[in-house]
Amino acid sequence: MSQVHTTAPGDFWETEPHHHEDGASTSVGFWIYLMSDCLMFAVLFACFGVLGGSYAAGPGPQDLFDLNLIALNTAFLLISSITFGFAMLRMMLNDQRGTLIWLFITLLFGLAFLAVEIYEFHHLIHVGAGPQRSAFLSSFFALVGTHGLHVAFGSIWLVTLMVQVSQRGLIPANRRRLMCLSMFWHFLDVIWIGVFTFVYLLGMI
Amino acid sequence: MAQQHGHTAHHDDAHGHDDGHDHGSFKSYMTGFVLSVILTAIPFALVMSGGFESRLWTALVVVAFAAAQVFVHMVYFLHMNTSSEEGWTMLSLIFTVIVVVIMLAGSLWVMYHLNTNMMPQMNHEALGIGS
Repeated sequence: MSQVHTTAPGDFWETEPHHHEDGASTSVGFWIYLMSDCLMFAVLFACFGVLGGSYAAGPGPQDLFDLNLIALNTAFLLISSITFGFAMLRMMLNDQRGTLIWLFITLLFGLAFLAVEIYEFHHLIHVGAGPQRSAFLSSFFALVGTHGLHVAFGSIWLVTLMVQVSQRGLIPANRRRLMCLSMFWHFLDVIWIGVFTFVYLLGMI
Repeated sequence: MAQQHGHTAHHDDAHGHDDGHDHGSFKSYMTGFVLSVILTAIPFALVMSGGFESRLWTALVVVAFAAAQVFVHMVYFLHMNTSSEEGWTMLSLIFTVIVVVIMLAGSLWVMYHLNTNMMPQMNHEALGIGS
């Protein structure tokens, strides 16, 4: 760096800062956040994979899980994914009212998912299969609970964005936020595929 | 990577950048949804009806359906492709998948051997500890 430059720096390097629109790199940044979240879930899945068979002479998956309930939950989350997709399609058409309606339907399905999951957890704890019962149940509650917490915070975020969109309209900042939330929401559905496959279906075979 | 494009390319790209990547269409969302419903219903029906005679086969089929559904979600809902954001999303996804595979396979492998090599006296359940 001590060399003497014989030409103006501009000839070699672009000294003018690149003009990036506000949030031009948001989606790639948010994607990297999702990937880090994915790593966190991978640790919880590994934990469940290691401890999932340690029942400590307590109840196992076949004694506890009700696949009908899980199928219902899966349906709720999958439908909420497609309704969020419809909200994004309305957003692209600048249809604020349509966007809000589809977001509200998404919220209802998200809350239905949470309600079923809370019912399931309540039932498990009620029959004495709480997280302190065995290593299997500790890792089960850690994994499924973390996913449920994500959905809960996603729902709070969804309400926040509905308020923002109804107050400010579909301004570029709100579009960007909706795009991030849609990635987050679809990502949670991907994690749920792992949960219902490895925790519930493989446990019930 | 962005450096190589120079100014003009950047301004041409600018429109594509503001929304991040493509949001799909009604058709692509419906395709993804229908495929997901099918890929979810089959493993559920399989396990609920008792599965194949071989438990291993049932497990393999269920996991294969899950992998297929993750792929469907990535393509139709998250709109993954090799070119979005100049390949950076795909690159970070590949990196994450490699780390996840190492972490999962490594943990299960190591802990399985730790359990089977454990001294018999360490079997807490047989001793009645903690049960």
